[in-house]
Amino acid sequence: MPPSANSEQMTIHRRGRGLAGETIKGRAMSSILIIEQILNGLQFGVMLFLMAAGLTLIFGVMGLINLAHGSLYMVGAFAAAAVAGWTGSFLLALAASLAAAALFGALIELTVIRRLYARDHLDQVLATFALILIFSEATRWVFGSFPLFLNIPEALSGTLTLPGGIEYSRYRLTIILIGLAVAVGLFLLISKTRVGMRIRAGENDREMIGALGVDISILYTLVFALGAALAGLSGALVGAIQSVEVGMGEPVLILAFVVIVIGGIGSIKGALAGAILVGLTDTLGRTMLPWAFAAFMEPSAASSVGSSLASMLIYILMAGVLLFKPTGLFGSA
Amino acid sequence: MQTTKMAKMGLKTLGAATAVALAMAGAAVADGHAKVKVGVITTLTGGGAGLGVDIRDGFLLAVKQSGNDGIEVVVEDDQRKPDVAVQLADKMIQSEKVDILTGIVWSNLALAVVPSATAQGKFYLSPNAGPFQLAGKGCHENYFNVAWQNDNLHEAAGAHASSVGHKNSFILAPNYPAGKDALKGYKRMYSGDLAGELYTKLGQTDYAAEIAQIRASDADSVFFFLPGGMGISFLKQYADSGIDLPVVGPAFSFDQGILQAVGDAALGVQNTSQWNKDIDNAANKAFVETFQAEYGRLPSLYASQGFDTANLIISAMGKADVKDQDAFRAALKEADFASVRGDFKFGNNNHPIQDIYVREVIKEGDVYTNKIISTGLTDHQDVYAAECKL
Repeated sequence: MPPSANSEQMTIHRRGRGLAGETIKGRAMSSILIIEQILNGLQFGVMLFLMAAGLTLIFGVMGLINLAHGSLYMVGAFAAAAVAGWTGSFLLALAASLAAAALFGALIELTVIRRLYARDHLDQVLATFALILIFSEATRWVFGSFPLFLNIPEALSGTLTLPGGIEYSRYRLTIILIGLAVAVGLFLLISKTRVGMRIRAGENDREMIGALGVDISILYTLVFALGAALAGLSGALVGAIQSVEVGMGEPVLILAFVVIVIGGIGSIKGALAGAILVGLTDTLGRTMLPWAFAAFMEPSAASSVGSSLASMLIYILMAGVLLFKPTGLFGSA
Repeated sequence: MQTTKMAKMGLKTLGAATAVALAMAGAAVADGHAKVKVGVITTLTGGGAGLGVDIRDGFLLAVKQSGNDGIEVVVEDDQRKPDVAVQLADKMIQSEKVDILTGIVWSNLALAVVPSATAQGKFYLSPNAGPFQLAGKGCHENYFNVAWQNDNLHEAAGAHASSVGHKNSFILAPNYPAGKDALKGYKRMYSGDLAGELYTKLGQTDYAAEIAQIRASDADSVFFFLPGGMGISFLKQYADSGIDLPVVGPAFSFDQGILQAVGDAALGVQNTSQWNKDIDNAANKAFVETFQAEYGRLPSLYASQGFDTANLIISAMGKADVKDQDAFRAALKEADFASVRGDFKFGNNNHPIQDIYVREVIKEGDVYTNKIISTGLTDHQDVYAAECKL
């Protein structure tokens, strides 16, 4: 085999490489970039919070490990994409995602989950894992294997110039605001309302509130549907900037579990703190590590090593938190 | 105790005897050659399922059209997990006794399966993944790649970026074997500087951090390789970021399966591919038409690769018996079939030598699709061929 034209071109074009390496190494990280990345981390964090809040609430009140939470996230995204496709309205799509996820949440609570409260965690994991498979196959059966289209609404597309000359996506900013509003709403719901009081009572002593005459089964269905609706909302919000496809929920579910373990299982406050911490660690890690490694490595190797390490970072964070606070940041022993 | 053991053994022997008898009965086929059993291991569920579904559908379409009942196909889902793919391959080789394996979409899965399959004397025909490890020193006489070596489309993208005058590209790809091949391939044929080089996590769906870095850099163009859902996410977020730099990429980020989910954000983007639906030859015209009639959607390049793989097997079956490995291998190497991409032949390392085109994303009525605008590289062969001892 004679050397092909390629290898000649290879030597000619090699000259670009050295120069490029120096530009990457030489560039300082600007403060604008860092602030933008902090916003990105915050946005990722509040999105995780919407997932983790439901998960931690369900675990806190019912003592149930719900692996099918990611499926409800997917249900929300698919419902939103379908309704946006029919009506063209993003608000209706969001409403549909809340309604569909809450409905399916209530449905599986009534039919399957209800039977699992008294069982041990292994049974719960097995049954809810089965639900993941059922949801995925059913979704594929209805919508097919190809991703659906769901776009950002016209009014929220494009960027906004923030003070300091930072250009930031309007839509991501909206996600941050919605997430923070949900956090405040949940806080008020749990600390100020009668339902919230019952939820807190349920967390403390399940049997006692039943004995006091509260209809515990309605409360459980309600909490489950609320958690499901939050997951659905998160799926719809994220679906507009990502790909709406079968199986989209599982990667997020893993992160949501990391979040509630860091925050302390059962604590909404912990879920918020954990979510923001994970969001910031992941986003800043992905940016900073390759850049830091580039100080003493060849750029392409630095990028590869840096990004590999960055993907481990949140798990290192989780291990670190558990080392010092085995019940998580806000967990009760 | 002793009797039950004996009874069990008796049953086993009986079972084996039946299996042998069945296999012998199945071996008698009209053209005198033995039946060929093909195991298709591909991704049918989870992220990236669209790619595997297209490969499978293209493959089965060709089998159906051939009307050849001497080919038997077993399809299994690897869920994009290397461990699952390895188990399936073992099962197909040991209990299904397949002659040929094919179907794998992802390079990390191919690297886990192919070497052991070829070492066990099976043929492996890749309809997609083409990691460099299997093209150079690790090439094998029983391993054929019917798609491309991983670097190829990216090399064409690099050459195209240079020819349209991009001088400072920001490049990114997922951190897995094909991602590394992608950036290497682009840099090999691209003559400008690099404004940045990033590896992302495989399966990552949020690219805000990467897009912020692109914005902060002084790049004049962006090259990215993000197949499947990753590409959808990136393109939507990139379009929303307000960054106006031209994008180039391989066909994987702009294939038929994902364009509809990206929408307007992809319009006008130039990308490189060895196949497109408007390549003008009879085989391709028939393929596009029949695929659409059979499945109700336009084929993607993955479907074209699955289709070509099946046709290659069928062409070899007409020339040789699969049990006569040397003859069958020679028949495969001839590549005597009408490829939907036009001219197609194998190099010394059993990887394609073919033209690679530059395409542009357009809208035809309501459907987003690609149109060829020029030929990027002619009779292109991978650089690893020289290291292959075949």
